[in-house]
Amino acid sequence: MPTFQLIRRLAAGAALIALAVPATALAAKPLVVGSTNFPEQLVLANIYAEALADHDIKVKKRLNLGSREIVFPALKNGEIDVLPEYSGALLGYLSNGKSKAGKPDAVMAALKKTLPSGVVARAPSPAQDKDGLVVTPDTAKRYDLKTLSDLAPVASKLTLGGPPETQTRYVGVPGLKAVYGIEFGQFRALDAGGPLTQGALSSGAIDVARMFTTQGVIDERGWILLKDDKNLVPAQNIVPVARKAALTDEIRGVLNAVSAQLSTADLQRMNRRVSVDHADPSQVAHDWLEQHEL
Amino acid sequence: MSRCVLVVVAMMLGLLSLPAQAIGLEADGLGVAGQLVDWFVAPAQWHGPTSLPTRIVEHLYYMTSAMAVALLIALPVGIGLGHWGRGGLLAINVANMGRAVPSFGLVILMFLLVGFGFVPVLVALVALAIPPMVTNSYVGMQAVDPAVRTAAIALGLSRWQRLFQVELPIAMPLVMAGIRTSAVQVLSTATLAAYVGLGGLGRYLIDGLAQQQLAQVVGGALVVAVLAVLLEALLAGLQHLLVSPGLRREG
Repeated sequence: MPTFQLIRRLAAGAALIALAVPATALAAKPLVVGSTNFPEQLVLANIYAEALADHDIKVKKRLNLGSREIVFPALKNGEIDVLPEYSGALLGYLSNGKSKAGKPDAVMAALKKTLPSGVVARAPSPAQDKDGLVVTPDTAKRYDLKTLSDLAPVASKLTLGGPPETQTRYVGVPGLKAVYGIEFGQFRALDAGGPLTQGALSSGAIDVARMFTTQGVIDERGWILLKDDKNLVPAQNIVPVARKAALTDEIRGVLNAVSAQLSTADLQRMNRRVSVDHADPSQVAHDWLEQHEL
Repeated sequence: MSRCVLVVVAMMLGLLSLPAQAIGLEADGLGVAGQLVDWFVAPAQWHGPTSLPTRIVEHLYYMTSAMAVALLIALPVGIGLGHWGRGGLLAINVANMGRAVPSFGLVILMFLLVGFGFVPVLVALVALAIPPMVTNSYVGMQAVDPAVRTAAIALGLSRWQRLFQVELPIAMPLVMAGIRTSAVQVLSTATLAAYVGLGGLGRYLIDGLAQQQLAQVVGGALVVAVLAVLLEALLAGLQHLLVSPGLRREG
């Protein structure tokens, strides 16, 4: 009989421990900061992560995950808690390109209505980074290109290069056709303004590159950014998007403070440090936080 | 071979029987099988620069160019060293070191060194293809019975006659085994070309992931698997033709 009692006590003890462990693990669960796969996103996510960690919030980074098509569903599923986003691009993604909002406030208002339940957008930053099409000076001169409208009559002779998702996103190939009547002769799937796209543009493998307006490399190489004269690309304010359940007042405060201080010029400078000077994104993020005493 | 086919079929059935949500797709009424069928029958899949025929031709071009270069390097080295019986240990060790280099890393490294184009992919695929061919052909040549070599000398055959008429035919099953291993590996690894902005069947894997179109990813992977099985069958047939009937009866 005593052995039987011992076993029962042990079993009861084990059950208690089993109950207690998940509870403590839950309480200590870190806030997961995610990002997509290009330098600016890495810098922004590192800024969020470090600013939060400085306020004694337990943070885990899951960066460089892929395109929005991969990362946003991960946020919805709770695999990620906080994500740096772009107001117009996220709205376009969520509304399948049907939203007509263009100005920053209108885009944010529409975005807040479109976000799936459980996901919230915090205060947007005045900083913007838009998708843009870039050509070499030679191409610009040969076809007399200054704006996207100038592309329409000659696009069939040209090859567009950009990340694979350009083919399916509204601000990519579908929107260029709908708004400007631009239909490129060919599309070449590369990366999000990274080394592949830059290499292909400078080697002539592509004529037009889909890049970001805040990329320092555009000025550095003397490339020409074509003006979006019919406003295909809506306002793209940097905005932290988060899972509501994961937020506390303290986290909200930190994210809002970062947004308030971030400017487009900051983005350009930081992107240039990462892409041109090969600085570590976490170091660039750290320096920005020091500068702004956050 | 038949085992290979079975594995592919089992994988296909397993994947197709999954409900869409289980692999992270939005529920839209169609299972993976339905989406996959839609993907295969879409008109864009059969005409134009992103169609299956174009991608398959690109893919086979990457594979055959890499295999051609690798054959020119690996076979003379492996067969030559096996015939002479010298330096083999060194060659095999160097070749095996090559096996430890990850193709993915090599593609990225070469891309950083030489930039956009086919060269980075070619270098990585050639490096992948060489080791099995060097090792197998060396071992095959080494394994030729010394008594047979002596008999060939006694018959008065020249060095080249001994190499091509006696030793190489005996080593042929192993030489071909090396070529088959390399070719199938190169065929599946040529999907890496898409990672550095080129075409081929890897395009479907990378684009499908970026665009979250799982049917595209699964469809592309299936086509690669089917091509690998077909290639293996083709090379097995070639081996049957190349290996002397006398050796076949014995084996």
